Amino acid sequence: MSGIVREYMRESKLPHLLCPGCGHGAIMSALVRAIHELGLEKDKTVVVSGIGCAGRSSSYMDFNTLHTTHGRALAFATGIKLADPSLNVFVFMGDGDGAAIGGNHLLHSARRNIDITAIISNNSIYGMTGGQYSPTTPEGFLASTSPYGNPEPPLQIAETVASAGASYVARWSVFHIKQVIRSIKEGFETRGFSLIEVISQCPTYFGRRNRLGSPSRMILWQKENSVPIKKSMEMSEEELSGKFVVGVIARRDREELTRKIYSLRG
Amino acid sequence: MRARLIQGNEACVEGAITAGCRFFAGYPITPSSEIAELMSLKLPELGGVFIQMEDEIASISAIIGASLTGKKAMTATSGPGFSLMQENIGFASITETPVVIVNVQRGGPSTGRPTSPSQGDVMQARWGTHGDHPVVVYCPTSVQETFELTVESFNTAEMLRVPVILLSDEVIAHMRERFVPPENIRVIDRKRPSGGDYIPFADDGSGVPPMADFGSGYRYHVTGLIHDETGFPSEDPEVQRKLLERLMNKTERYRDEITFVDEYHTEDMDICVISYGSSFRSSIHAVNELRKKGVKVGCLKLKTLWPFPGEKVKEVGETVKKIVVPELNFGQIGDEVRKYTHIPVIGVNRYDGNLMRPEEIKNAILEGVN
Amino acid sequence: MIDRYEMRLAGSGGQGLILAGVILAEAAVLDGKNAVQSQSYGAASRGGASMSEVIISDGEILYPKALNPDLFLAMTQQAFDHYSADVKDDGLIVVDSELVKDTSGVDSEVIGIPIIHIARNLGKVIVANIVAIGIITSLTGLIDKKTVEQAVLARVPKGTEKLNRSALNAGFEAGDKEVNG
Repeated sequence: MSGIVREYMRESKLPHLLCPGCGHGAIMSALVRAIHELGLEKDKTVVVSGIGCAGRSSSYMDFNTLHTTHGRALAFATGIKLADPSLNVFVFMGDGDGAAIGGNHLLHSARRNIDITAIISNNSIYGMTGGQYSPTTPEGFLASTSPYGNPEPPLQIAETVASAGASYVARWSVFHIKQVIRSIKEGFETRGFSLIEVISQCPTYFGRRNRLGSPSRMILWQKENSVPIKKSMEMSEEELSGKFVVGVIARRDREELTRKIYSLRG
Repeated sequence: MRARLIQGNEACVEGAITAGCRFFAGYPITPSSEIAELMSLKLPELGGVFIQMEDEIASISAIIGASLTGKKAMTATSGPGFSLMQENIGFASITETPVVIVNVQRGGPSTGRPTSPSQGDVMQARWGTHGDHPVVVYCPTSVQETFELTVESFNTAEMLRVPVILLSDEVIAHMRERFVPPENIRVIDRKRPSGGDYIPFADDGSGVPPMADFGSGYRYHVTGLIHDETGFPSEDPEVQRKLLERLMNKTERYRDEITFVDEYHTEDMDICVISYGSSFRSSIHAVNELRKKGVKVGCLKLKTLWPFPGEKVKEVGETVKKIVVPELNFGQIGDEVRKYTHIPVIGVNRYDGNLMRPEEIKNAILEGVN
Repeated sequence: MIDRYEMRLAGSGGQGLILAGVILAEAAVLDGKNAVQSQSYGAASRGGASMSEVIISDGEILYPKALNPDLFLAMTQQAFDHYSADVKDDGLIVVDSELVKDTSGVDSEVIGIPIIHIARNLGKVIVANIVAIGIITSLTGLIDKKTVEQAVLARVPKGTEKLNRSALNAGFEAGDKEVNG
């Protein structure tokens, strides 16, 4: 473990309960690295998480940490940020937590454009409960509740959040971990709501059931199937099928909620 | 201070602000919306925050978040919204985060009758969230008392680090009544750590650990999982038992400080009416009229519903012949009363959306009395 | 010494009867009395039937709703038909004489006054509720007229004080005429 990671992790709580090869750990490390590079004070930084494998992350990081109920991390974080705007608020979610049960809070956080930096580690599966399909599981893929193949189409999280009004939205994968760190920093520094969606791997459930191979094989799959946003614009829908777009999806200068709330007077 | 005519919901807002509430998150719902409307008007002037969330789940989440930063925070709702809040009431209980939840009761179940009074949420207020948990429930019977009990709701939440529910109803919330702001109001703030090693959930002997504000220099973990004194998850049965016992014991240990029961004509009573909320107004009207006719009837007003003042009921049950419990429900407190006495407990139950008439209670008092 | 005096004001939404009830209750409190005001909600606030109640007492007011009104103001025939039977036998019913034509079937005294008409003559029908406050004040003699005027002026929109004062005075006059026969 590197010095930076050690400085920001609660060592006594390690090893974490994540499976070998799980993507959440790498994204968690990217988050603390970004916080370090931003030079944020640990005492003034809050990490909020929900329920699920990604939800456990908050307990390992040495900040003010809040492990909330399923889907509600952003709503708790909204209360924290509004009540004390001097705090740096990060939210760490999974795809089920952030986009299914918490989907409405995701939309409204983006609409409000509240100054919170959210990360969704999207591994397309409910890992904690044993591998059920999630709102981002691709159509046709196998899960413990889609033994005949998932009949539902997946949600494009980043594009949805961008259209709801967030100031900054990016999508990367665990393969692009350097870009993830950069985007967390850019997102934090952009006033308003920022979301960094990271395509991640669950070798235990998603990988094994769909015969995607070893964790490293799954990361290679991420490399092979990611399409930079510029390139994607020249590609047909057919060519893009089964692939995912990476890059900064939205970046705009839009007023942020907290300041507006504090300037309301009769 | 000069008397004014104000609505129950308005008294609730004034009480909250007097108690130090500076954060409100809510979602509009009849018959509680005036609370949100007034908060949106007043809080910005006081440097506080009002936010209208996307639903009631988000509202209670936001106030818990705000409370963790040290702000006194509140939400207000009615039956359907209160149902949505249940999961996070449990979260506030296990994380020991002080919050105040106002439920202005309306006719249920489901959408029910939005504009008519009810007392149907008494048991939900106690046991609505899953698992054993501590919660305190106050129930006002007037505009004046709405102010006073809102202040007490914050005081108890801060003192015990528990969610406190103010259970109003459509009658008390919407009626306008003479209100005189009380003087010398007692306001309690949560105990905060004073340096040294901070073990966030360690009992300091009081049963209620000091609570650090997020951002104040004590970095700690807060989780809805069973956790040890340090705040981190634990699967140790002994840790679980100790945590739950300490949590449940908070309301027991401080029962005398948080249980408010008023007595009327109880010195020589043969019959006791046990009443709360808007139906108390019908009860005391009936009791006073019968007193004038020489009937030895008295009344207990339960301002605290939970923890239930069972000892008081037991005491009364040993001296009177009969207890009458009028309620705008099928008998939720009546059944609780029966747990503490073997004498006859007569329920007067109305659930047609109207406030009980004193006549109905008089009849129940007089039944079998010569 | 007023033990308990119950008023019920009923009519259609938009007639300002809830505000009239609030003003009467506020005047009573200004006058050092106790008062409770309540109203029926629901469809009422959007143009359907509307009902407002005021209870005034020198002592404590326990039951907060009207049981048997001492005074009932009916501003529509429908309101009269619906509520007149609740009025105390020695109670008083005031009706808008143009809108409530059939006042049969009640034991209580019924006084007909063209309330809306009076308001219209002052230039604005919407002040009918203020006219009604004036009438009730005169007929009941419970609250000091000056205090009622103070309560009215505290509630009406800025710039309409003159109109509302004349409406109140017209109400006082119409009520006094009934009292003095």
